Amino acid sequence: MKHKDLLGIKDLSRSELTEILDLANGMRTLLDRGEKDNSLRGKNVATLFYENSTRTRNSFELAAKNLGATTTSVSIAVSSVQKGETLVDTGKTLDALGMDAMIIRHRVAGAPRLLAETVRASVLNAGDGMNEHPTQALLDLMTALRHFDSLSGLKVVIVGDIKHSRVARSNVEAFGKMGAEVTLCAPYTLLPEKVERLGASYETDLDTAISGADIVMPLRLQLERMNQALFPSIEEYHKFYGITKKRLKLASPDAIVMHPGPINREAEIAGDVADGDKSVIEEQVTNGVAVRMAALKLLIEARN
Amino acid sequence: MIILKDGTVVNADSIVKADVVIDDGVIKSVERDAEVYGADAEVIDCYGKLIFPGFIDMHCHLRDPGQTYKEDIESGSMAALAGGYTAVCCMPNTKPPIDNAALVSYVRTKSAEVGGAEVYPIGCITRGMEGKELCEYGMMKAAGVVAISDDGLPVQNGAVMLNALKYAKTFGLTVISHSEDKTISGNGVVNEGENATASGLRGIPRSAESAAIAREVLLAEEAEASIHIAHVSTAQSVDIIRNAKKRGVKVTCETCPHYFSATDDEILSYNTNAKINPPLRTDDDVEAIIAGLTDGTIDVIATDHAPHHADEKNREFDFAPFGTVGLETAFPLAYTKLVMNDILSLSDVARLMSKAPAEILGLPGGEIKAGARADIAVIDPDEEYTVDPQAFKSKGKNTLFDGWRLKGRVIKVFVGGAEKEI
Repeated sequence: MKHKDLLGIKDLSRSELTEILDLANGMRTLLDRGEKDNSLRGKNVATLFYENSTRTRNSFELAAKNLGATTTSVSIAVSSVQKGETLVDTGKTLDALGMDAMIIRHRVAGAPRLLAETVRASVLNAGDGMNEHPTQALLDLMTALRHFDSLSGLKVVIVGDIKHSRVARSNVEAFGKMGAEVTLCAPYTLLPEKVERLGASYETDLDTAISGADIVMPLRLQLERMNQALFPSIEEYHKFYGITKKRLKLASPDAIVMHPGPINREAEIAGDVADGDKSVIEEQVTNGVAVRMAALKLLIEARN
Repeated sequence: MIILKDGTVVNADSIVKADVVIDDGVIKSVERDAEVYGADAEVIDCYGKLIFPGFIDMHCHLRDPGQTYKEDIESGSMAALAGGYTAVCCMPNTKPPIDNAALVSYVRTKSAEVGGAEVYPIGCITRGMEGKELCEYGMMKAAGVVAISDDGLPVQNGAVMLNALKYAKTFGLTVISHSEDKTISGNGVVNEGENATASGLRGIPRSAESAAIAREVLLAEEAEASIHIAHVSTAQSVDIIRNAKKRGVKVTCETCPHYFSATDDEILSYNTNAKINPPLRTDDDVEAIIAGLTDGTIDVIATDHAPHHADEKNREFDFAPFGTVGLETAFPLAYTKLVMNDILSLSDVARLMSKAPAEILGLPGGEIKAGARADIAVIDPDEEYTVDPQAFKSKGKNTLFDGWRLKGRVIKVFVGGAEKEI
């Protein structure tokens, strides 16, 4: 790894992705055995979440602790940020405190890059606006690769609010780099303009999109989109874009169902699919810790 | 088996003398000297008569559910037959509005029960026509809507309209826009201009329509979606649509008989049946509408059939509701004003009133050809008569054309091969 930061999948080559995934699989083996790796003992990792997310934050903090690092959680609600401190100044302060890595989630696309350009520490993007969520895509790749020998030529269908989704963008990049064919599926209101620019094809009819798919990935439906006239109701959304058992029969017999979580049952995914034998949702969560351990270790060690 | 013998068969692309053979609900053949066979074959002499594909009205108000004192699906469907219409599309501004699949099913079920002209519902764009949240187009389409529109209460918020166009495109539905910027039209009641000034009635500027059409066309262009502009009435509107079509925007439009047959001179007598929205305009606009019909900018002649109770129209001009009935006078007006004045051909009328609406909405009918559903209107082109609202099948007697002398009378109508009483 030559990078100081992990800002997006678009900055990584296929071999870099593989490097992270290989190490992540090693980490997963450690975790499965209940062992720890202390290679980051004495290192300091800060989490800087400008947007709420207990899941991702917990996953990163656990990853850092599993490597022996100390973690500092900057609580935006009660910190100097509330007193008007800019991201750049917060970054400089954390740098001066001797942080080795900063994990940032921010609602503005590009914010992690600004932080990365400011600080000496490694910056890991935990989600920036509608841009990228690289560790989510990495854990999705890792999960997929534990079910399929190779992703080359596999058919991946990502269903839902593509337009507002950083998970979709990172996954299109990630699965594309690994040779999979990604189809994005949503009503036109939830597809971005010039969607082809992302490097995937699109299809508005889910039955068509899901036919023969190897990996089916519904995205979380943001319910507030109803008030923005982007879709009319959960009932209609579920009818036309929900992953149901019946629909899943159209996919490949060996298909797996992934979801970035948290799920809305009976909206983007039927409960019996989320809990069913094709679902790998819980596995994704476990792999998330392993992938984040690998990313932290590679980035911090690359700086030294 | 029914044979329409020796008539003139008018299609959008041809006019031929031929016999039309109807069997089992469909047109079996269109040919000269068709053989008559079978003991039960019914031969109808159509010599000197015009055989049109049944007319399809993209825009009418049947007031059902909720305002059935004005009209209902049965009376509206009978009025449609009397006008030569074999199918009509009813606007969703009923009470409650047709903004969900259950009400769509109600209209379809009622239509089947009544057994007149086929009635296809148009669903709302937004819930309750409030201009805010989208309706369930997917489920409404499965229940039978053929298009969506917030007719009468157009979506004022541009972002909502853009989303509606995209969401409708997802399900292959066309959005029909009653284009009116309510901030411009305000509480006007007639066309802004000389006659508004002379009569002292509040005017509606042309830009209330044309500016709204410009927005709709640009939104549809951006969404790469289909839009159909309802009741075009101004010269500027025709211009905007003509240019948009040249650019390749997926826009179609309609006008109504009253916009090529009459001007706002009609309001000088404070006749509330001349109070229509958009309002009757001026000679220049009528000329532009006719030019649009001639050069193909205007795709469809629709009625905007708007029945009201006599008591509602018998009020002070400002308090009377907008609208004229139109189902039973549309063809005679098109024939008298456009065909007899050598502005359009009979084939043009078949295109504007049958073929184009069928194509835009993906409906059966629209053509007299072998294999097509036998939806047919037989017209006597020579019969001249005086419009008498009391003879209308519609509950709405509010016609702008009361007492007008018109030619071209509908004498027989077949829906799905069955002759209907008219």
